[in-house]
Amino acid sequence: MSLTAAGVSYNYGRRAGVGPVPALAGVSLHVARGSLAGLLGPNGCGKTTLLKLLAGVLRPAEGQVSLDGQPLQRLSRRAVARRIAVVPQETHPAFDYTALEMVLMGRHPHLGAFALEGPADLAIAAEALEATGTAHLAHRNYMTLSGGEKQRVVIASALAQSPDVLLLDEPTASLDLGYQLDVASLLRRLNRDRGVTMVLATHDLNLAASLCDSLVLLREGRVLADGTTSDVLTAAMVRRLYDVEADVRLHQEAGHLTVVPVGRRP
Amino acid sequence: MSVTDGVARSGPPVAGLALPRASVRTRLLTAVGGFGTLAAAACILAPLLGTTEISLARVFDRSIPFQDNVDAQIFFVARLPRVLAAALVGSTLASAGVVFQAMLRNPLATPFTLGVSAGASLGAMLVIVLGGTLATGALAFGPFTPVAAASLAGAAMAASLVYWLATRRGYAMSTSVLLLAGVTLNSFFSALIMFVQYIADFTQVYRAARWLMGDLDVGGFGALGSALPLVLVAFALFARLPSSLNLLSLGDDAAAARGVDVVRAQRLAFFSASLATSAAVSLAGPIGFVGIVVPHLVRLIVGVDHRVVLPAAALFGAAFLVLCDLVARTLLAPVEIPVGVVTAMIGGPFFLWLLVRRG
Repeated sequence: MSLTAAGVSYNYGRRAGVGPVPALAGVSLHVARGSLAGLLGPNGCGKTTLLKLLAGVLRPAEGQVSLDGQPLQRLSRRAVARRIAVVPQETHPAFDYTALEMVLMGRHPHLGAFALEGPADLAIAAEALEATGTAHLAHRNYMTLSGGEKQRVVIASALAQSPDVLLLDEPTASLDLGYQLDVASLLRRLNRDRGVTMVLATHDLNLAASLCDSLVLLREGRVLADGTTSDVLTAAMVRRLYDVEADVRLHQEAGHLTVVPVGRRP
Repeated sequence: MSVTDGVARSGPPVAGLALPRASVRTRLLTAVGGFGTLAAAACILAPLLGTTEISLARVFDRSIPFQDNVDAQIFFVARLPRVLAAALVGSTLASAGVVFQAMLRNPLATPFTLGVSAGASLGAMLVIVLGGTLATGALAFGPFTPVAAASLAGAAMAASLVYWLATRRGYAMSTSVLLLAGVTLNSFFSALIMFVQYIADFTQVYRAARWLMGDLDVGGFGALGSALPLVLVAFALFARLPSSLNLLSLGDDAAAARGVDVVRAQRLAFFSASLATSAAVSLAGPIGFVGIVVPHLVRLIVGVDHRVVLPAAALFGAAFLVLCDLVARTLLAPVEIPVGVVTAMIGGPFFLWLLVRRG
């Protein structure tokens, strides 16, 4: 399994007089099987757009995204969803689904048009709830859960898709410190124990440093740098990426790089 | 994880009724069985009740020839078409409501939110008011009366306009544009309807007002037969929708990421629900609140999974409108209350209760 983007560009709809607004221009990247890649960049740099292109939810204007060498465009939505799952920043269902119902919706790409989920699907959903530590929430109304519980249920829903690749868009953005650690350790576990390949877009440099083995840095719709976390995550790169002076050093106790922002570059 | 998990675990076990634990198959069969029985019972019993008492035994007494069997005539000629119209319209509006609510991701949407019924009403008003001056007989289209044909045309025009507005900026539908365009069209068409009524004479105004209140007295099986094919097409399309509706109600991207072809599903939902609404309104006028009261009552009973909600709402909608029309026919007998007034009397307070409850 490998997920590859080759020279991918995307424009958001035309605005009067301005023409198409470029969001991504000629982005190429390669996510190897079993890796946990981070996607970093300032607001509006195209992280979310890139994730949508990788998921096949958006179609690139130029270039192509392929899974094991097969262009996503040639696969049906359903076929792509059987292999690639997405965890968005936030999920707001319009109705009061239970956590279990939310997770079972992950089985959708595996079910026929009129099929209802059977015992095998329920077992997969139960396992996904178990893996994310949310089994006790199965019959709770999703909307009444806390932010961290919701995010773990959504991750369980993505796991129920039995995907090879999990794309996560700032999965810890609205979570407090404890939940951030919970979600991080959950992702690490899923990556190590189940071999789920992950691409994680985040603003949290310390999360990326602790979790990801490689990083892609995006700025203004282009790849600024791409490589292993220890190579790419440097004070110089943080400066170029965010216009921020930062102290980047190895934290002995945590065992990974840490980034402490010092100030805005003048 | 430990602290909050502990809290959640030690919390009270969640109250069961609204949170179904049975498999979706079991819930679907139970709901279809229960609501189906209710709908069938309503359709059989409602024609027996009315200003004149009749007996079921006499209705089906084969020994009396039909032309001498007054009970059978009242049952089959006077009441059954009306009861079946109520069942058809109630079922159609309730399921269209479910589809629009999921597609627009708005539990307070109704089949009339997007202006389809206002367009239909404008079409009907024009024929009712200009009927004397124009050769509107020429408007009769196939099996449809001129008023029904014009209301279908008005509905098609409104739906096309809303669809064009919502897809103008890209090929996926914008639900916010759909809602805004629908609300605007509703006001605009209402103004035109008022204008048309203003230039009409008194009998025309009465007919127009009566049509707008909703009337299930369709006058026989003919009108039913003409609306039925449209409803059947809509229902055949509905059958493909439920699991997509579940996912669409999470948002377009979430649905797409789980394998839904969002553009296709939205189009199918919009087209089928608009067709269903047009057929119901052209048959019986814009009967309000069925499309919101029934879906919500059903959700309170069977949960929110659309694979259960949609068929359950279709069946319960039939029973609900048959019972509302029974009230309309019998409450102040021999005076009839327009059925739209009865559904509004029940639906208005219910709608407010929903708002308060959600708030």
